Amino acid sequence: MIDIAQVRRDFKILNEKINGKPLIYFDNAATSQKPQVVVDALLNYYQQINSNVHRGVHSLAEKATNAFEKTRETVRGFINAKFTEEIIFTKGTTEGINLVARSLSKISLEKGDEVIVSAMEHHANIVPWQMVCDEVGAKLKVIPITLKGELDLDSFESLITPKTKIVAVIHVSNVLGTVNDIKGITKTAHKHNALVLVDGAQGIPHLDVDVQDLDCDFYAFSAHKVYGPTGIGVLYGKKELLEKMPPFLGGGEMISEVTFEKTTYNELPYKFEAGTPNIGDVIAFDSAVNYLKQKKEENIVAHENELLEYATKKLKEIEGIKIVGESDNKISVISFIVEGIHSFDLGMMLDAQGIEIRTGHHCAQPLMRALGIEGTARVSFAIYNTKEEVDIFVEELKRIVGKFARKK
Amino acid sequence: MSIDQKQKEIIEEFQLFEGDKESTIFHLMEIGESLSPLEDEYKTDKYIIKGCQSKVWLIAECKDGNVNFRADSNTAITKGIISLLIRVLSGEKAKSIVDADLYFIKEIGMGNIIGTQRSNGLVAMIKQMKLFALAFHNNEPAMSDLKLRHTRSND
Ligand SMILES: Cc1ncc(COP(=O)(O)O)c(C=O)c1O
Repeated sequence: MIDIAQVRRDFKILNEKINGKPLIYFDNAATSQKPQVVVDALLNYYQQINSNVHRGVHSLAEKATNAFEKTRETVRGFINAKFTEEIIFTKGTTEGINLVARSLSKISLEKGDEVIVSAMEHHANIVPWQMVCDEVGAKLKVIPITLKGELDLDSFESLITPKTKIVAVIHVSNVLGTVNDIKGITKTAHKHNALVLVDGAQGIPHLDVDVQDLDCDFYAFSAHKVYGPTGIGVLYGKKELLEKMPPFLGGGEMISEVTFEKTTYNELPYKFEAGTPNIGDVIAFDSAVNYLKQKKEENIVAHENELLEYATKKLKEIEGIKIVGESDNKISVISFIVEGIHSFDLGMMLDAQGIEIRTGHHCAQPLMRALGIEGTARVSFAIYNTKEEVDIFVEELKRIVGKFARKK
Repeated sequence: MSIDQKQKEIIEEFQLFEGDKESTIFHLMEIGESLSPLEDEYKTDKYIIKGCQSKVWLIAECKDGNVNFRADSNTAITKGIISLLIRVLSGEKAKSIVDADLYFIKEIGMGNIIGTQRSNGLVAMIKQMKLFALAFHNNEPAMSDLKLRHTRSND
């Protein structure tokens, strides 16, 4: 059993007051809070080993480089990649997807080809593909969703053709919470010789991700949503593909030899890491991954699921509330709308009580359009959230809804 | 009542809440409700104020040198905010609107209540109202009885 009181002590920010009320942080899908071990690691880096990596011969550079590369190995183990050089550090999920879209489009996307995304994608997994499709004259196709908020996989089977080169799908929806069957999608895609990129931004915090088992070709995620620092992320890619792909950015670090006539590129993973990387944050991310690994062993997933079920049940008891996204295979986020109350107004009223939730379109405007709504209010949980917090949230929500109802 | 008097009145009114965020927000919403709704024909992109997170539509009319504003929004809080502005500025001379120093916003702590993003929206609303007033002012008397349909900021 996981001791939540103990976990909460690892996150000092949870003692903050918002508008005079104890902070209840229910916006974890946007970014999670950072445990003290991560904050300490950042501090230690700057106080003890700050130096540029891969370049200097001096001892400090050696220390920094070793710490930096240690994170890569930790991440490899965490997602069970086969090779350490399959782990590329990026700015985040968004950059990872852009990297793949840009680079892949140069070698495997031609006029008339197709890229398939889904109706529940975050803008980060739509816009980069739209951009490259426009450039090469390829077509963007969309897997529709069902009423429950799940991917319509039958439609997917009929959408995919020999012209489909890339399938880019979200692992877990940041709006609906739906967990998609990546293994199944990958199987289908590979049968048609299409590559699969997974937007893992919301998958990594809650699921045990094994990229070899999923067999996807690329998996992108952000550190800041898994208790790590902002500004860094990971792109996993299969080695044989990454080797064939041209670099995304040019500059220092990514070269092997430069003359004005020709530049040869460095080997993986450095080929895709131009310029001085975000060293401090990468190093601190090691602590975040180890922290999360330990919590996963203590079965935090069960705790998060319990919160989800508990909150869903309680929300459903409130009149006028509609839950958006009712997949049986759902984790960690609950989107809802309240009849007659705009989500922005609701968000502000809850904020006045120290309860931080997300409102709006959640960077998924096409999904909102598909659902025929303008936006939702969304609560999303992390390991440090408690049933007591859910109780307070539900009570406040009831009170606010009641206040609105009386006004009418 | 002058713009100045109306501002003083609002400041006094908001003091009642002693800075309590929820009551203040709720009061804003109630103010918004008293605003007569805009006909659907005006709820189009043509009349929308750019720079607001929520949707806010604004129209202006000038009669006998006095500018009247009408507005609507898709969220209750924003509707309250634009109502406050209308309460202060509507019915005043174009020139007074252009020159108005809206100190009540700071005085009632609006920035704290609505946050930075909505405050930017508030700035956009004021700018749009002043632009309307300026247009009326510059074109008087020829434009004074026209409804402004096409003039809007392009920020
Ligand atoms: C599903 C999903 N994809 C992509 C992103 C983008 O992540 P980032 O902004 O860290 O690049 C997010 C986070 O907002 C997300 O939830």
